[in-house]
Amino acid sequence: MSAATPQDLVEHALAASRSDHCIAIVHDSTSANLRWANNTLTTNGVMHSMSVTVVALHGTAGGTAAGSVSSSAAAVDQVDRIVEAADAAARAGSPAEDAAELVTGDAVTDWFEPSGGTSIEVYGDLAPALGEAFRRATAEGRVLYGFVDHDVTTTYLGTSTGVRLRHEQPTGHYGCTAKPADLSTSAWVGGATRDFSDVDPTAMDAELVRRLGWASRRVDLPAGRYDTVLPPTAVADLMIYAYWSASARQAHDGQSVFSRRGGGTRIGDRLSDHPLQVYSDPAHDRLRALPFVSTATSSEIESVFDNGLPLSRTHWVRDGTLTALLQNRFTAGLTGQPVTPYVDNLIVEVDGASGSTQDLVAGVERGLLVTCLWYIREVDPQSLLLTGLTRDGVYLVEDGEVTGAVTNYRFNESPVDLMRRFSQASATTPSFSREWGDYFPRTATPALRVPDFNMSTVSQAN
Amino acid sequence: MTTRHGIDASFTALPYRRMAESALTRAQDFNVSHADFRFERIRSQHVRVRDGRLQGAADSEDVGFSVRVILDGAWGFASGVGLSTEVAVGVAETAVRAAQVAAAMTTRPVALAPEPAYDDVEWVSAYEIDPLAVPLDEKVDLLADWSARLLASDGVEHSTGALSQVVENKFYADLAGTTTTQQRVRLEPDFGVHGTNATTGAFDSMRTIAPPVGRGWEYLTDGYDWDTALGELPGLLAQKLAAPTVNAGHYDLVIHPSNLWLTIHESIGHATELDRALGYEANYAGTSFATVDHLGTLQYGSPVMNVTGDRTMRHGLATIGYDDEGVATQSWDIIKDGVLVGYQLDRPMAQMMPELNGGRSNGCAYADSPGHIPIQRMANVSLQAAPDGPSTEELIGRVDRGIYVVGDRSWSIDMQRYNFQFTGQRFYRIENGRLAGQLRDVAYQATTTDFWSSMEAVGGPGTWELGGAFNCGKAQPGQVASVSHGCPTSLFRDVNVLNTTAEAG
Repeated sequence: MSAATPQDLVEHALAASRSDHCIAIVHDSTSANLRWANNTLTTNGVMHSMSVTVVALHGTAGGTAAGSVSSSAAAVDQVDRIVEAADAAARAGSPAEDAAELVTGDAVTDWFEPSGGTSIEVYGDLAPALGEAFRRATAEGRVLYGFVDHDVTTTYLGTSTGVRLRHEQPTGHYGCTAKPADLSTSAWVGGATRDFSDVDPTAMDAELVRRLGWASRRVDLPAGRYDTVLPPTAVADLMIYAYWSASARQAHDGQSVFSRRGGGTRIGDRLSDHPLQVYSDPAHDRLRALPFVSTATSSEIESVFDNGLPLSRTHWVRDGTLTALLQNRFTAGLTGQPVTPYVDNLIVEVDGASGSTQDLVAGVERGLLVTCLWYIREVDPQSLLLTGLTRDGVYLVEDGEVTGAVTNYRFNESPVDLMRRFSQASATTPSFSREWGDYFPRTATPALRVPDFNMSTVSQAN
Repeated sequence: MTTRHGIDASFTALPYRRMAESALTRAQDFNVSHADFRFERIRSQHVRVRDGRLQGAADSEDVGFSVRVILDGAWGFASGVGLSTEVAVGVAETAVRAAQVAAAMTTRPVALAPEPAYDDVEWVSAYEIDPLAVPLDEKVDLLADWSARLLASDGVEHSTGALSQVVENKFYADLAGTTTTQQRVRLEPDFGVHGTNATTGAFDSMRTIAPPVGRGWEYLTDGYDWDTALGELPGLLAQKLAAPTVNAGHYDLVIHPSNLWLTIHESIGHATELDRALGYEANYAGTSFATVDHLGTLQYGSPVMNVTGDRTMRHGLATIGYDDEGVATQSWDIIKDGVLVGYQLDRPMAQMMPELNGGRSNGCAYADSPGHIPIQRMANVSLQAAPDGPSTEELIGRVDRGIYVVGDRSWSIDMQRYNFQFTGQRFYRIENGRLAGQLRDVAYQATTTDFWSSMEAVGGPGTWELGGAFNCGKAQPGQVASVSHGCPTSLFRDVNVLNTTAEAG
């Protein structure tokens, strides 16, 4: 069995399909990870996967039916099976409500480039430094727990209408939690990277030591509303959820915070009096993301018929006003709005905002600095009320300085309401959501200061 | 009566035995102290309908394998997708290389608890009809019909439906001589209705409380009373839309298994995973307040609380014959008369803490897919009924002022499993021992041990139901797991209830 290239698999699928039209998508992915706890490595892995998705489209009396089959595959005979199954599913399927003409086009210039990849060697410099960090932590009475992951996925998408698209996506992130030997408190640092050249375990360890130092003074504070600084990671936690909840279909059907009471969507509503910008941009310098639609199945948000559709910079909120929701061509027709599909990154900016999280802290007379948020779940879709917890360190701020650590809290808050209520923002920086970063790693967000953040109940977690 | 299925011939025709032999032999060349080879095929199909029409259907299949070794006390893991012995040998070499890199960071050598060898054993779950053998159009017709029926009901503006079906095959072989081949099936159906209160403009939804199960297609045709479940949904939604909002405060709660299973999952299931108690998940899913030093002494809840871990129960989502470390699955006590007495274990942790299960793993190591490493994962963790316990009506009858909670919705718990907050599908006011209509905007919030200590009574066997989920998340890289939790309807005194509208400010 000779190894087939991803391009071979795409061409083979398109040629083999007996349906009226066909879309073939290959994801070729390698990843390497290290995981540690209690100052020792616990697991690791080097993974390779290759998956083929075939969407077959079959014209019937009432319209066009789509059959979608995805499978791991590395050889053309495996692709034959996938095509056969997709063709059969399309023939047996009922007409799709989102049926549309396929995107047309040609091969992009890099179509024939091989897939990118990674290996355990990406940690060649990091691994010894980590080993050293474990020894130093043990000697100094600290316990480290963490994870690094690097993934390179190359997507090849072809259609029976000529489209041939390729995209290589490196994704990396790191995170480390530290506790003192008595486990009485914890601190966390983490972030996203494309290649680990910018990750420094020594600097990570130093920041953890600084944060554990803040916790040497414990202060008990009850639940309540506090003047709170949310760092960029926490803002990413909340804004990603708002983005995922921005389905135009659900808004149009009266099921989300973006629904207008009485019917229709809230596009055009002012959500914030701040010059707040929320947008996605596949060409963003530091957050480059897939520049075309690639989906195996139609959902509330995406349509298989849109596969290959180019993506561009899309403003969801402009100058505080809701300007777009997640659309495919079908829902754009339903809602009478432009086609604004899902893009795999999110940028939040406040015009004129400058400085860092520390600068926001400096302006707080008495309030809280959060490390990050966790276990965020939707309580009420109507207001997009979310609940969740603070995690790995909430610090008391007095007269602009961190003066100690308080308990963790459960919060109940809506990100849509926070867009209105925040009082101050920092400059926007690349961020990594603690809660969703594994699934949505490309964000740039500011820190936000919220004068009355709802810390609903106390959590004893430390 | 369940049909005895064998392992699918399309799986046994795959060349995994030859690949296993090649990979394990290659690993031996490096003097590894342990090597295992796991080959899996996971086939799934998701069908979604909306307002009586098909919205999307997709089939997917994940076929692949992995090799895991222990070399000089360090783990090495690698996975691949080819179906040849050459690829298997290459992946074994990559696993060895990973172990060599890992050695520099491994300060405590890995060792496995002993387990008997199982020579070429097979296990197949209990089901009648392979859901993936049922024609797609038959499934779409049924789902679209149910969705259309719901949409045609008074007060329903939109209806949604979804069905996930999974057929999983797993082959495992290790250098100690264990070889297992297994097959299991699971289904998750979900139907909902959406509507608006014309006066206030408030919208809401109501969905079925039928649990996901380790059963076949028969679950949709005659394994559950779907007619009743679908028939009552529009009326339940209308009542909810017209219901008054709750006054925040402390209430006695009678909680139905369709809601309580999730509270068990979060506050007991995860809290008694030994890897969490030992800190392995500190950077991600979190740790546990129920640390090992509390074993045998921690009063987890009231004396009526008895909780078991089990990977053998019929139709359980975490049920299987052997885990991903070749350990035969078991059933054991986790909480006895309210006291913490056990944990969920894998082989390295069982070796580290021989006092927990006689030095043997209780079979809770598994991965969600061929490409992921096995980690300590959840068993079916269940609260036991009282043999002569009361009915749900009797439990409600004991409450003067309270709330009866049915169905799960939103869930959240902190990183050490203390503070949780749950909502539900529907909440009924209890007044003087009787139900008095639905309430809106309810969330209950508590600290784990306070909540379970406030459990005054568990229902009898007649109230016991098996709930569960397909989407339990853990580990880095992230893995999902399917797990069931059984429990009786139970009575809790004086629990903090929030009004979610008031929380939103």
